[in-house]
This record gives sequence, C-alpha cells and structure tokens, in this order.
Amino acid sequence: MSFYGLVDGTEASLKKYLGALSGVDQVGADARAAMLATRSIKTSSKRWAIDTAISMVDLTTLEGADTPGKVQALCTKAVRPDPMNSDVPSVGAVCVYNDMVRIARIHLDSIGGEHVGVAAVSTAFPSGRASMAVKIQDTQDALDAGASEIDMVIDRGAFLRGDYIGVFNEIVQIRKLCGTGVHLKVIFETGELVTYDNVRKASFLAMAAGADFIKTSTGKVTPAATPPVVLVMLEAVRDFYTMTNTRIGVKPAGGIKNTKDALKQLVLVNETAGPEWLTPTLFRIGASSLLNDLLMQRMKMDDGYYASPAYVTID
Amino acid sequence: MSNRIDVKKTYKLFINGAFPRSESGRTYEIKNANGVFIANLCLASRKDLKDAVVAARAAQSRWNKASAYNKGQVIYRIAEMLESRRAQFVDEITVFTGTTKIKAQKEVTDCVDRLVWYAGWTDKLSSLTGALNPVAGPYYNFTLPESMGVIAAIAPETPSLLGLIDAIAPIIVGGNTVVVLASTKAPLSAMSFAEVLATSDVPVGVINILTGKKDEIAPWMASHMDIDGFDISGLDAQSHGAIRIAGAENLKRIFRFKSADPGRILAFLENKTVWHPIGL
Repeated sequence: MSFYGLVDGTEASLKKYLGALSGVDQVGADARAAMLATRSIKTSSKRWAIDTAISMVDLTTLEGADTPGKVQALCTKAVRPDPMNSDVPSVGAVCVYNDMVRIARIHLDSIGGEHVGVAAVSTAFPSGRASMAVKIQDTQDALDAGASEIDMVIDRGAFLRGDYIGVFNEIVQIRKLCGTGVHLKVIFETGELVTYDNVRKASFLAMAAGADFIKTSTGKVTPAATPPVVLVMLEAVRDFYTMTNTRIGVKPAGGIKNTKDALKQLVLVNETAGPEWLTPTLFRIGASSLLNDLLMQRMKMDDGYYASPAYVTID
Repeated sequence: MSNRIDVKKTYKLFINGAFPRSESGRTYEIKNANGVFIANLCLASRKDLKDAVVAARAAQSRWNKASAYNKGQVIYRIAEMLESRRAQFVDEITVFTGTTKIKAQKEVTDCVDRLVWYAGWTDKLSSLTGALNPVAGPYYNFTLPESMGVIAAIAPETPSLLGLIDAIAPIIVGGNTVVVLASTKAPLSAMSFAEVLATSDVPVGVINILTGKKDEIAPWMASHMDIDGFDISGLDAQSHGAIRIAGAENLKRIFRFKSADPGRILAFLENKTVWHPIGL
C-alpha cells in the first residue's frame, strides 16, 4: 500500500506526518460553527436541501432488541421513505449490526432497493475492545453477508495513549479485507477523543490509512456529531484533498434529530469542504428519527400546514 | 428620591417551561386603559406555535399517564402559587385594565377558586362519566374517558386572567396538554401567570402560552395537523366559519364555551370502550 505517499507504514513516518499537522483553534471552530448555524434556508433551497439530506441518510437501527421484522420494515422505508409520495428519494444506506446484514440485503433486493447500500457496524462496535483476530472475523462476517459498506470503530484507548501506529495498522488491515469494492467508514467516537486537535489528528490518520469516509460517532456516546467537530473533520478532508487530490467523505452520526440540525450540517459542508461534497457519495448522515422529521417538513412544504407524527411511521 | 433606574419586566412567551422571545423577533405595544404605553409583548409567529406544539406533544404522554390524584395535586399547586402572589396580580390587573381594585380582587379570587374546582375534577371524571355497560356475554364492558392529545385554545379578551385559566384548566384536567393564545389587549397578567406555572409542579410542555394576534394564530392552529382539538371561545364570531372549515380538513374537534362547566372538560376527552372477560 502506498498511503498516498504520505507515510511508509513505519511508526516514525506516521509520527512525522501527524506531528506536522497544525493545531485547531477551538474558540474559532466553535464560533465559526455557531455562525454558520444561523444561516436561513428557505423555499426552493430548503426543498432541495431536504431531498438532498434524505438521500444522504444512513437509516440506522443499532439496538439489542432489533428483529428481522424491524430491519425489513426499515429497509422498506429506506427505499421509499414516504409511501404516499414516490418523488421522495431513497436514503443512502441502511446501517445495521452484522447479523442483520443478510436479512437487510435480501429484503432490499426483493423490493427493488438494489441501489440502497447496507452498512455494517464492525470491529467490535461500539467499544472496539476486542482482539484484532475477532475484529477481522467480525468484518469478514459482514462482508460475507453482503455488506457494501463497513463502519469500523477505532481503538480509542490506543489512540489516547499515543499508540497511533496501532490504530493505523488496524485500519490498514480492515481496508485490505474490504478491498476496493466496499466502502470503509472509520468511526472516531469524537466524544471520547476530548479535543479538536485529536479529532484532526485521527482524521488524517484514518485518511492516510485508506478510509473512504471518516465518521464522528457510534451514536452510543454523547456528545456525538456536534457542529464544531464536523467542521474540524470537513476542514481535514478539504486539506487532505489539496494534499492528495483525493476526496474523502464525512459522516456525522448521533444527535442529528431534526431538519434544522440536518440543514446546518449541509451548510457546514458547503462552506467548508465545498459543494462537491454535497452528494451521498461524500457526505452521509447517520440517523434514525431524523428521517421522519425530514418527511414531515417536506409534507409541510407541499401542503402548507404543519404535519403530525401520526402521519409517518413509528420506527 | 434616588437616581435608581427602573427595573421593568420583559414579557416573553412560555414554551416548554422556558421563556423565549418570539423567534420572529416581532413585538407589539400594549397600552393601558388610558392609552399610556406599558410594555412590548411578543407577537408569536407560526414557528413559535410549531415549537409550542412540539413541546406539548412531547409532554402529553407523561402527563396523561400521571395518576388522577397527582394531576389534581399539580393543579391545586397552581392555585397555591397564585394565591401566594395575589397582591401582584391584583395590582397588575388594576393598572393594566383600569378596573377597580375590588373587581380585580374578585377576579383573582375567582381564578384561585376555579383552579381548586378543576383540581377536584381529576379523580372524579372516570367515576362520574365512565360506565359499566350491560352486554349479553361473559364480559365486563367499560366505557372510560381518555385524553385527546394536544389541544389549542384562544383565551377570551376579558376577563383576561380568569378567561385564560378557564381555557387552560379544563383541558389539562383530563390529561391533555395545551397551547393557549392569551388575550391580545391585556396579556400581561397571563404572562405573569406563566411565572406561577413555572414555579408550580406543572411538567414542562404541559401548558404553553403565546401572545399575539388571533387573526394570525387561529388559522395556523386550525390547520396544524398535530393539534387534536381547538377551543375557540375567545375568537370573534365572524371568523368561526373559516376556522371550522380549516379544522375539518384534519378532523380537529372544535368547541366554544360560555362559562366554567364540567362539559368543558368532557369536550376534550374521548370515550374508550374496553371488553374484559369475566373469570380470568
């Protein structure tokens, strides 16, 4: 592997690469994210943004209580989010635990949802506390079941104690396993990384190691995808693009519950990474309840009055 | 006299247990009976209404599940809090509406008594209005009143405080949550009443109070799909027709009332019938 020529796979080269990163101005990042959150999106722009956001949703169910029936219902909703309205685009992917991947893939294919991906959370999600052998087997299971996207977690403990090469090598191994056909998303759990500097460092580490997407959180820890954290990650993919001419995607997940939150994320993308990132291949939103709110806002734009949760599905 | 600067109260909305300004930033002027400026009040927008409905919807399930006894305690607690601030409300009503002190005292007394009266209804509703129905089979068959959900209300112009309480209390007695528009011309004691609510034991979101223009807010309340019932007692008669038509589009139950009456409680309840096998 070439790692874009940025590192050669040794600890020394990785340290040099990460050590050269500039620090993040925390106050500035908070202020810029807060400022961008005040943008007002109305009428036709809002409509476009809602549809774009729907197409970027990774419709997620990651509960111990998940059943095949629930996953199948979720898949049906993923393909056609609003049963009353075929104009509404399908979501980007469904995101499930490993044992539900095959059920999701078969159901999606059987209802004309071949274009909707199945993302599997992997490598001992959500904690990442397992041996590498278990993590590899976990990922292989998901790939065998037909996952088209792998959402792996990094070992936050290793990252925080400074074992960057360990984290790097784990990502590299999972990348090899996925090959070129399967999208690899690397989850940092930014709520556990503590500082924006760490978020930036983890972003560059994961991108060099071969991630297709960098993802904020598992959804099991708060804070999750706060706007400043997403801003820092978007700046990282932008800077990485100028270094390598390669566009890496970003996936905020956790805490994005309503349309307003989602539109704020799209503004961040447009103003930070640029409009090229406003596509489901480069920006995804991991969410479950968000989709209903997007649909209700869409209904409101169509009908002229506020919709009720009684008119969308109970997930 | 000292050179102390006046500390004037800023009157804001009451949504989800907090006191936000209108998201629109709009305000309107309130004058007393002699035409003297008193305060700027928030002119609630459609989004403020939406926010209030979201809060009321989120609070409804928990409030509905509270025991009848607990609901009664909470409403009685509002009466206690109002009683302890009696002097303030008498002053406000006297100054803002130009009425006599004696009339203002009577209104506040009526308000407290009315709350206590409604509090007493919470644990008697199902016994007095429910039924054990005779059926030809080995079943018990009950009919019980259940809450409707989120109810909107337009409070009458006068009496501004008593009218507001008469709008709110019967709705929440049965487990509904409420979004109420206060009197347009005399909303100050209504917003002071929100402070009473904030310091009593009412869960956040159960009662939400807006100030603004009836002609603006009422059609939005009528067309909102997530409002289940609508008390239009405070609305002028000429706009009833349009409001009823808008409400019919989403099957909203719309009522108006003239006075305090147990019927006001029942209007926003639905009867649910349950079959239960005998001997199991």
